[in-house]
Amino acid sequence: MWWYAARRILQTIPVLLGSTLLIYALVFLRPGDPIRALFGEKPVSEATLQQVREQYNFDEPFLVQWLLFLKGAVTGDFGQSFTGRPVIDLVADAFPVTIKLALMALVFEAVFGIIAGTIAGLRKGKLFDSTMLIVSLLVIAVPIFVFGFVLQLIFGVQLGWFPPTVGGDPSFYNLLLPAIVLGLVSFAYVLRLTRSSVAGNLGADHVRTARAKGLPEGTVVRRHVLRNSLIPVVTYLGVDIGALMAGAIVTEGIFNIPGVGNLAYQAVIRGETPTIVSVVTIMVFVYVLAALLVDLLYAFLDPRIRYA
Amino acid sequence: MSQQPLLEVRDLDVAFYADKRAIPAVRGANLTVYPGQTVAIVGESGSGKSTTAHAIIGLLPGTGRITGGEIIFDGLDIAQSSKKGFESLRGDQIGLVPQDPMSNLNPLWRVGTQIKEALVANDIAKGKDADRRVHGLLAEAGLNDVERRARQYPHEFSGGMRQRALIAMGLAARPKLLIADEPTSALDVTVQKQILDHLDGLTDELGTAVLLITHDLGLAAERADHIVVMYKGHVVESGPALEILKNPEHPYTRRLVSSAPSIASQRLSSMRAREEVREQAVQTAGEIAAEVATAKEAVGKGEDDIIVVENLTKVFMLPGDRPWRKTELRAVDDVSFRLRRGTTTAIVGESGSGKSTVARMVLGLLDVTEGTVRFDGYDTSQLKGKKLMALRRQMQPVFQNPYASLDPMYSIFKSIEEPLATHGIGSSKDREAKVRDLLDKVSLPASVMRRYPNELSGGQRQRVAIARALALEPEVVVLDEAVSALDVLVQAQILELLNDLQAEMGLSYLFITHDLAVVRQIADDVLVMQDGKLVEAASVAEVFDNPREQYTRKLLDAIPGRDLLTTA
Amino acid sequence: MPKPTLPGQERYVAPLEETPLAAVDSVQVDEAPSSQWKEAWKQLRRNPMFLVSAALLAILAVIIAVPGLFTNSDPQLCELSRSLDPASPGHPFGFNFQGCDVWSRTLYGARASVAVGVLTTLLVVLIGSLAGAFAGFKGGWVDGILSRISDIFFAIPLILAAIVCLSAINNWFPERAFWGGISAVVLTLAVFGWPQIARIMRGSVMEVKNLEFVDAAKAIGAKDSRNLWRHIVPNSVSPVIVTATVSLGIFIVAEATLSFLGLGLPASVVSWGNDISEAQRLVRSGTRLGVMFVPATALALTVLSFILLGDAVRDALDPKAKKR
Repeated sequence: MWWYAARRILQTIPVLLGSTLLIYALVFLRPGDPIRALFGEKPVSEATLQQVREQYNFDEPFLVQWLLFLKGAVTGDFGQSFTGRPVIDLVADAFPVTIKLALMALVFEAVFGIIAGTIAGLRKGKLFDSTMLIVSLLVIAVPIFVFGFVLQLIFGVQLGWFPPTVGGDPSFYNLLLPAIVLGLVSFAYVLRLTRSSVAGNLGADHVRTARAKGLPEGTVVRRHVLRNSLIPVVTYLGVDIGALMAGAIVTEGIFNIPGVGNLAYQAVIRGETPTIVSVVTIMVFVYVLAALLVDLLYAFLDPRIRYA
Repeated sequence: MSQQPLLEVRDLDVAFYADKRAIPAVRGANLTVYPGQTVAIVGESGSGKSTTAHAIIGLLPGTGRITGGEIIFDGLDIAQSSKKGFESLRGDQIGLVPQDPMSNLNPLWRVGTQIKEALVANDIAKGKDADRRVHGLLAEAGLNDVERRARQYPHEFSGGMRQRALIAMGLAARPKLLIADEPTSALDVTVQKQILDHLDGLTDELGTAVLLITHDLGLAAERADHIVVMYKGHVVESGPALEILKNPEHPYTRRLVSSAPSIASQRLSSMRAREEVREQAVQTAGEIAAEVATAKEAVGKGEDDIIVVENLTKVFMLPGDRPWRKTELRAVDDVSFRLRRGTTTAIVGESGSGKSTVARMVLGLLDVTEGTVRFDGYDTSQLKGKKLMALRRQMQPVFQNPYASLDPMYSIFKSIEEPLATHGIGSSKDREAKVRDLLDKVSLPASVMRRYPNELSGGQRQRVAIARALALEPEVVVLDEAVSALDVLVQAQILELLNDLQAEMGLSYLFITHDLAVVRQIADDVLVMQDGKLVEAASVAEVFDNPREQYTRKLLDAIPGRDLLTTA
Repeated sequence: MPKPTLPGQERYVAPLEETPLAAVDSVQVDEAPSSQWKEAWKQLRRNPMFLVSAALLAILAVIIAVPGLFTNSDPQLCELSRSLDPASPGHPFGFNFQGCDVWSRTLYGARASVAVGVLTTLLVVLIGSLAGAFAGFKGGWVDGILSRISDIFFAIPLILAAIVCLSAINNWFPERAFWGGISAVVLTLAVFGWPQIARIMRGSVMEVKNLEFVDAAKAIGAKDSRNLWRHIVPNSVSPVIVTATVSLGIFIVAEATLSFLGLGLPASVVSWGNDISEAQRLVRSGTRLGVMFVPATALALTVLSFILLGDAVRDALDPKAKKR
């Protein structure tokens, strides 16, 4: 198990390096003057251009630029946003809010997804299952921002149960509605995954053996069906953290939540590509590390790997 | 003895429901089991034997229902019991030992915990008391170092150990009736015997009645007092074990008895038939040898020993416990033998013996680490290009798994035609004629050409695989467990076909198998392998009548039902 | 010494009329030949999910080909004077903020949105299948490199990558027309979407290459490359087909989300994503919600159809149902 962990951790390093290189290359590797192009059509002074050039080390060859960028990333120096504040400060302020939001979404999708998926899997083909199937399909088929607006309108503006925008007070209650919106699509996937996992395991040989021992059905489901069904779901939740990061950009934008996603959202609206690059890089780092943790947790949970 | 039967099944009907239609699986089955007795249900796949057994314990798969009849257990009809009713019966009244040890244990729980569950659920013991009992049960089932083993997970056990754990689980709550569903089919033959012996002893001691489900008539006769033979859902014959074996009356039972390898192989008639086949094959092969020696495109000098293997070794490098260390696995260690033209050499061994690895090296599908393989005088590793293609024409395989040996996307015609097309033989009209001819040789109707593998049964697919192997008119056919996955009757048919083809075409066979009983019907010489090494090499008669090595003797002893016809 | 038989265990032989013997292992000659794919098709035909989705997609195809069948208005003909006018004859859902016919725009918008989905999927399947088949077949270091590369791509969630890419592209080429805009989105999504298909194809190939019919082909003398294309790949495509079908729907949704962020198709292109995002500001006031709902429903129904289709195809190709 320890060798699995060590190998997995070692694998993460080229991934982190490679992904930052990729992001950097996407934006900066092009003919012409990339810095000028970053500003697009906006009028910009030569002084600002020069400042940004220095910031991104454009006098150096590309790979060196990237390495310096990387060094900056590791030391926390992401340069400055167009408003003048260091990006890292902005991110540091905003991150806790996003983490709170993402965790709430994760809990929502995991708890409700697993419960609904289990019931649906146990009663495959019946009313609850068919209903859940339709609900999950609808949730996946409708873009997240549509849900955001509709729910914001119904529950925020018309019914007034939740504040329509969060603004400066990211309290637990205020974040509830946005967290649900953020976790909706993932909830649908967790539901589908749990459902097929449970339905598949119900017919498994070891479940039949458990019944043959004389175990009551409830015990059989709890100890032999559910436990085995959760493993793919745990794996999925790890991958989902990345989707939550992406979704946060939209959700925080709609509900005006002062998180990292909103930072990115504002940067996108304003066309501030350098800030976008920095924020996305941080998000990717967080995602890769979180996925690593989940993988290690999974290795711990599955005795076939733990006691290989 | 005025004993009451423990289990009486009367006119049992079981059906499976697919798309609202009922497909009967068991029709009017009758059987009786007395306390402490062992009764065997024997049948091929689709006979309904497993379905009957599962119906008794209330574990029919979701779409199955008992549609008629009674199951009287200990005086009460349980056929229409509720779920809760069956739950209370299972474990402490009726126990189950299932077939496949790997898939029947939950990989996420420790073995000891899973056995403990049986004790707790049936109110036998709890907590520390239960733990102690678990150790006792594991020891009873024949495991050593029980305290450590109880804390391990299923993947850390070997196949035989897992089966023992399942036996411990089945007997944990001391049921009156134990249903053993092919309890050892997935295991090596020597392990099978050990475990069945142990199970016999245990159930005798505990006074447990056993309902043994098996496809092996020899095994049933050896282990049971009373046999029930099932065919297509009906009970066709039942009675005392030895009587059925010696005087089968129903035509199906007769077929079974005449085809079952362990029993058939003891009869002189099958040995004589083999002699005739060999004589004819050797003669035809000699004629072909003379042709080959002069032909330019063929690879071969016309020698008598068509395959000569010397000091063949294969070493696999496997990842070790540390990333930079690798462990060596000697799958084949210094094996040498000869295959004479027109004869069959069987390589026999259990899993891990290296027999299949030898076959793959002879075929050239796997690189050799050391040693040489000579085909009719030429070293196969030196052949390239055209010569290698010629070699391929002269040596062809038939593999074990009928469901994987044909490309599901290719029609039967295309599958058999492929070798001809690859070697550019004949026009497309010629090829079609050839395919028809081959299908005829393997006794399949020509209309099968347009069909696809998923429409054929396992035995039919193997025939197609044989036809494909013969398309290039090879001299040697390597049969890697080619009949192991087939039902007994179908197996007998295919073996007969192989014998006929050998006589007609002068083929030489390299026959890989784990089943020593089959060997007598098809082989002339036998090589016994264990852990990569060659343990004994002799003619079939010598190996069966006068085995030299202890391992060979062990293998022979393990053949179920071997001594039945000679003793009693 | 033979034991006396107990009651119920006497010698019994079933009468032959009740238990006739069939020939061992005979072939059925009467039915029409049916391959795996035919069997899958038969099962598919009976699946209500398939029928519903196929019907919806058929209607969609007609709408894309000849939208003029369903409306007479020109989607680009917008008059500010008609801004937010309610429904009227010939304009079943009224007009949007710019004064364009909502119904007509929704019908014509199908082209762009579905084009993004279809083109992206085609590219993703092409690149992903080739890469995955090659890696799965060769194994060894080739596979190792591909796995590392796809790990790197996987580390960046699709939408994030698309955001970075497209915001850069937006700055480089602010003026984009129909095909320029679509290419940008398609290429961006495809570049980050192919690893998923590659991984699936790789897994499938690795399973299939060990099956015995591949060995049989080798033993005949077939070369490796021939084996790969004729035997291995055709048997490996099923999971790819299923995933690709579902992915098509996901890509359409992704385009809409990118449009919401201003990064999708340029505003000059008639697309569902653009219409929905533009209509969003109306949602705050709670009036004329139809302007958002009509394109949103169209999008949802389309994506739903693809996902349903993918599910139905997966059920039909389920290996457990294939074996006799």
